[in-house]
Amino acid sequence: MAPQTLLLIGATSDIGRAIALRFAAAGWRLQFAARDLDEAARTADDVAARTGAAATLHRLDILEDDAFPAFLDGLPALPDAAVCVVGLLGDQARGEIDPAHARLVLRSNFEGPALLLGAIATRFSARGTGAIIGVSSVAGERGRGSNYLYGAAKAGFTAFLSGLRNRLAPRGIRVITVKPGFVRTRMTAHLKLPPLLTATPDDVAKAVAAAMAGRRDVVYARPVWRLVMTLVRLLPEPLFKRLKL
Amino acid sequence: MTELSGWGRYPRHATRLLHPATPRAVQGLMAQQAGLIARGNGRAYGDAAIGAAATLGTGALDRIRAFDRETGRIRAEAGLLLCDLLALAVPLGLFPPVVPGTMAVTLGGMAAADVHGKNHHRDGGFGDHVEALTLALPGGGTLVCGPNENAAVFRATIGGMGLTGTILDLTFRLRPIATGWIRQNTVATADLDATLAALAAAGTAPYCVAWIDTLARGAGLGRGLVFAGEHAALADLAAGLPTAPRFPAARPAWLAVPCDLPSGTLNRLSVAAFNALYFRAGARQAGAPVLVPWDRYFFPLDAIGGWNRIYGRRGFLQYQFVVPGPGAGALVGAVIERVSHHGAASFLSVLKQLGPGHGALSFPMEGLTLTLDLPAAGPVFALLDELDRLVVAAGGRLYLAKDARQAPATFAAGYPGLPGFQALRRDIGAPGRIASRLSERLAI
Ligand SMILES: Cc1cc2nc3c(=O)[nH]c(=O)nc-3n(C[C@H](O)[C@H](O)[C@H](O)COP(=O)(O)OP(=O)(O)OC[C@H]3O[C@@H](n4cnc5c(N)ncnc54)[C@H](O)[C@@H]3O)c2cc1C
Ligand SMILES: NC(=O)c1ccc[n+]([C@@H]2O[C@H](COP(=O)([O-])OP(=O)(O)OC[C@H]3O[C@@H](n4cnc5c(N)ncnc54)[C@H](OP(=O)(O)O)[C@@H]3O)[C@@H](O)[C@H]2O)c1
Repeated sequence: MAPQTLLLIGATSDIGRAIALRFAAAGWRLQFAARDLDEAARTADDVAARTGAAATLHRLDILEDDAFPAFLDGLPALPDAAVCVVGLLGDQARGEIDPAHARLVLRSNFEGPALLLGAIATRFSARGTGAIIGVSSVAGERGRGSNYLYGAAKAGFTAFLSGLRNRLAPRGIRVITVKPGFVRTRMTAHLKLPPLLTATPDDVAKAVAAAMAGRRDVVYARPVWRLVMTLVRLLPEPLFKRLKL
Repeated sequence: MTELSGWGRYPRHATRLLHPATPRAVQGLMAQQAGLIARGNGRAYGDAAIGAAATLGTGALDRIRAFDRETGRIRAEAGLLLCDLLALAVPLGLFPPVVPGTMAVTLGGMAAADVHGKNHHRDGGFGDHVEALTLALPGGGTLVCGPNENAAVFRATIGGMGLTGTILDLTFRLRPIATGWIRQNTVATADLDATLAALAAAGTAPYCVAWIDTLARGAGLGRGLVFAGEHAALADLAAGLPTAPRFPAARPAWLAVPCDLPSGTLNRLSVAAFNALYFRAGARQAGAPVLVPWDRYFFPLDAIGGWNRIYGRRGFLQYQFVVPGPGAGALVGAVIERVSHHGAASFLSVLKQLGPGHGALSFPMEGLTLTLDLPAAGPVFALLDELDRLVVAAGGRLYLAKDARQAPATFAAGYPGLPGFQALRRDIGAPGRIASRLSERLAI
């Protein structure tokens, strides 16, 4: 089989790097998209040094949707799979008083990723093959006082991926939703995370690779999260709204 | 604020712990924050990697930027862990030129402490193999330096304990190995003279080190085991272990110390029992060479996760000195005698021959180096002050990567390169901006 190509959207992310390493080790070619190409080159060099797979680098800002068609036309080839790890945790308290910051969180986690994956889906659909992987979050399962801007954007993204999957399933195009739970990355370096619920970036990459090889549509990095989130969804609202979450 | 300590868990200090995600973010912090020091993986025993005001974690700087599998040349960021590098390199038949006794260290920590391995007598320290490094300077700029480029800053940075700036990346060459096995020869010795003679004889081997039973007294004072080693050839492996994998993977730690043991668990009796067992097991292997996997040979302690907790909450001190010249053997004898009479139980006592070093703050100098582990308990401090006087009188010095307690005068006497180092720090604007608890304690 000819080598397959993965487009990594958000190539400077820690989770993205782990995914790139796993796919490269399995023989995939890589296209790296990021807004900061110097930083993306650090990871591209690293993946090349460890696996021998050289990635091509492509500038992309997820907030500049006008440039998406030119970005996709500029790739050396339409990839076989695209994974989007772009995201922004933001600052909830600031977002409550600063609409510009709220908008940035909403657009970086929802609007931008959805518009780009939508454009890619259309091209995959025209070709008749392809796989799309979106990294969303358990934060999108139920809005919590401490991060509902991020959570709402991720909820939108999760719903978008679900709709895309529903639309493209008949055409044989896979759409996989990843809900990592807590992951030890630079996004969370400043937070205290519960060890039992916290995954490594490579755990997420493993879950993505397993989903690609199997049939699961929605994956968690640690299975315990499926249970935790079921409980969180089941809590009655009168009770939920009183919890400090 | 976070409370940090080194591997010995003594002392502990509060500091702001920062996690820059990129080399550029490191430069930004170097420009803004005063009283800063870089921290690798925290395997220095004392206070070297605790910032006076803030501590800059380098864990995110773990990218390999270039790797030539033919020549073994590698350029990697300073936060790359040695264990990750080994996992990549060993299966390719490549091995670092110098490794310390644990693989849980970063490349930056290896250069900043100019670590020595069991091959220092032949190959020098890690710093001797660094071809170039990029240093983030106090003001936020960067400087590329090497043995022939900005050489003064380079020499001060090797062994400089982070006090010239933060190493961002470094270049060196890995060496070819035919197998991942070490052919080890063990000699059991009856007393110190025999140990020193066996160590000198084993100096023809690429790797050698001695373990000393510091609890043996009287005629047996200084008895121990001398281990010589070399990378096994394919033929050695075919003859000795024909079905073994050529490049075995590192085995995960088989035991972890789950919690602090009560302070004092390691008393004279338990250490004596351990030493006697270890000595007998080693003596049984003496004579015929055995094949040992690379990880067990170089990093035996890594098999026990969190072993630093066996000393309990109050922590422990590692005391490592080097003394030069013909009197070195006698001085080592005097030290062992005092430790033994004091009744202090040293679990780990390692004796090595070092080759020449190169000044500034780098530890190695031609001579004998002895390492002792001791609980950080009251009477031990007085004992070590006494040992300091012996070491200084003999023209020796203590290893900064292990130190948590020496006095400024002991340090200054052992490191004649100190004034030059301080002058260079002034030239690059480091005083006040780059400061660790160690540099404050020792007035560097
Ligand atoms: C079990 C064990 C065995 C050991 N065996 C040996 C041995 O055989 N030989 C030997 O020489 N040492 C040995 N050591 C000591 C150890 O190798 C050194 O202390 C080493 O520096 C630890 O590396 P680290 O990454 O943990 O650095 P840390 O402990 O975090 O820091 C050590 C020093 O390096 C500086 N530093 C770290 N990263 C950078 C950077 N990027 N830029 C500038 N400065 C930096 C810090 O400021 C600090 O001064 C041993 C330690 C242990 C725990
Ligand atoms: N870490 C966790 O605990 C966790 C949990 C659940 C879900 N997730 C999700 O997992 C994904 C990866 O996160 P991570 O932990 O690996 O964190 P990360 O390293 O901060 O990754 C976020 C990525 O998004 C990119 N990005 C942000 N805004 C962008 C923009 N306008 N244009 C282009 N790229 C942009 C960032 O690029 P720059 O480097 O240029 O900023 C970075 O590559 C995110 O979607 C996150 O929400 C993480």
